[in-house]
Amino acid sequence: MIKIEAVIRDSVVDDVKNALNNVGIAGMTAWEVRGFGHQKGQTTTYRGAEYTVDFVPKAKIELVVADEDAERIIATIVETARTGGIGDGKIFAYPISQCIRIRTGEAGKAAI
Amino acid sequence: MKTLKSWMSTSSMLRAALLAGLLFTLVGLAHAQGAAPAAGMTPEVTKAVADAKQAGVSAGDTAWVLISSALVLLMTPGLALFYAGMVRRKNVLGTMMHSFMAIAVISVQWVLFGYSLAFGPDVKGIIGSLGWFGLNNVGQAPNPDYAATIPHLVFMAFQMMFAIITPALIFGAVAERMKFKAYLLFLILWATFIYDPLAHWVWGVGGFLRHFGALDFAGGLVVHISAGISALVAALMLGKRRGYPDEPMPPHNLPLTLLGAGLLWFGWFGFNAGSALGANGLAANAFVTTNTATAAATLAWVIAEWLRHGKPTALGAASGAVAGLVAITPAAGFVAPWASILIGLAAGLVCYGAVNFRFKVGYDDSLDAFGVHGVGGMVGALLTGVFASKLVNAGGSGLIDGNVNQVLIQLVSILVSVVFCAGGTFLILKLVDATVGLRISKAEESEGMDLSEHGESGYNLADIPIGHGTFTAPATSPAGVHVTAMHVQTEL
Repeated sequence: MIKIEAVIRDSVVDDVKNALNNVGIAGMTAWEVRGFGHQKGQTTTYRGAEYTVDFVPKAKIELVVADEDAERIIATIVETARTGGIGDGKIFAYPISQCIRIRTGEAGKAAI
Repeated sequence: MKTLKSWMSTSSMLRAALLAGLLFTLVGLAHAQGAAPAAGMTPEVTKAVADAKQAGVSAGDTAWVLISSALVLLMTPGLALFYAGMVRRKNVLGTMMHSFMAIAVISVQWVLFGYSLAFGPDVKGIIGSLGWFGLNNVGQAPNPDYAATIPHLVFMAFQMMFAIITPALIFGAVAERMKFKAYLLFLILWATFIYDPLAHWVWGVGGFLRHFGALDFAGGLVVHISAGISALVAALMLGKRRGYPDEPMPPHNLPLTLLGAGLLWFGWFGFNAGSALGANGLAANAFVTTNTATAAATLAWVIAEWLRHGKPTALGAASGAVAGLVAITPAAGFVAPWASILIGLAAGLVCYGAVNFRFKVGYDDSLDAFGVHGVGGMVGALLTGVFASKLVNAGGSGLIDGNVNQVLIQLVSILVSVVFCAGGTFLILKLVDATVGLRISKAEESEGMDLSEHGESGYNLADIPIGHGTFTAPATSPAGVHVTAMHVQTEL
């Protein structure tokens, strides 16, 4: 089982969610986060003084998928979330050791 | 931490009883003196005199000034919101307490002796006597020296609201870092030794600046310049907030600030138009000039900011409005509406500059109490000398009437106020620092005033329980594992 974490723009979250539903995922979690990578902060002014906001608002989505589905899901996210501009985000994938459905107690791939 | 038992110790109870006894004795003495009848004053004659005095009361004037008093009181919670929205979330309650407690403290101080010092029987042009301690001789009959058509109590109540909001303005400069104890001590000392004398000089019968000819319709000198200058001194003496100016400290809730600005604008009609002390044409003039100057100042600030920084901000609009309100305060009942447009434009531009100036020079007047109230007050007071016209108010004549002298009188009055307030505030703060200390500690500043000074949090928005009470024993799971911490995601 693979956990996929993607830090993406706020503006593409809805499209990504719809695309993932279309390729058949069981569920996902979403957070509002702040972060930066190569995209430097934005400048704001307060009372005439300029400030650089280092942490930019982003969205983070997390989902757990079967090993064989990981590549397909990641490709879907990349395609939907990419705008071509700096700040599109990153995807991290790593293996997880256990997955359990709380309602039934199922474990392993059946719980995904 | 003091326990209830130690608070109720014999010695502290004795002290409290003695103090209460002293206070009541003083009030009683004052009343006893006032109640002694003069020779020939039979009960019938006394009643006739009282009836005649009451007969001078105008229902319309009284109604208007009573409402104005309530409007001005509303400005203090309005100020609380205006300031609170501009600070960081962790200091929102502490900031609002600075305004709310001012209402509580000054309301009592004013009734006991503040009003007497400010407006009471004159002593050498410098201060009022304590003859009106506990509102002795301040009753339902008018006092023609101040307002012949409204009960004296109404005039007192109206003035009280000014006495309340003036010190509250100061704390905008030292937001997010002052000890609550220091705030309380400073509040009562400043009100008694700075506000009350200054009010006496400018508005009290016999006050030397009033005698000198200073024109201050509703409080440019007494309220805004005094608060603004004192704010600057306080900001310099308390020092900058930790992290200022490199760390961004943007307003945490600008909708609150705009709401506050709206309430201030609304209440200010009482502040200025109410200062006519009557429901009449002068009040109408003050009403119109107040609204017009404020609007002009808002436009000036918004446009200036738009040109300089590319985007007009909501904070700028709110600040521009307040700058206009401040500047028209001394002028409202002396200048014509067309002049109020110019006063508003001037205030908007000059205060905008003053506020940007703060970052260049480096002092931390956190919420621009000096930049808006101090500078705006000075602009307004000076321009009152320029635009005051006998056509508006027979009591005031400025440059446009050919009276150059008035501008000089205004200038001198401004200087006197500045020097007195700066010096007095410096001394008071030194005293407060020596007794209770001025600033909260570094750790407390990091944690936020709400927690450190008040043990409270302004926004408890988590849906999941973040702790537990001590009313029942906590439940443990069958396996004996007790969960004590929950992770709550908070925004940066």
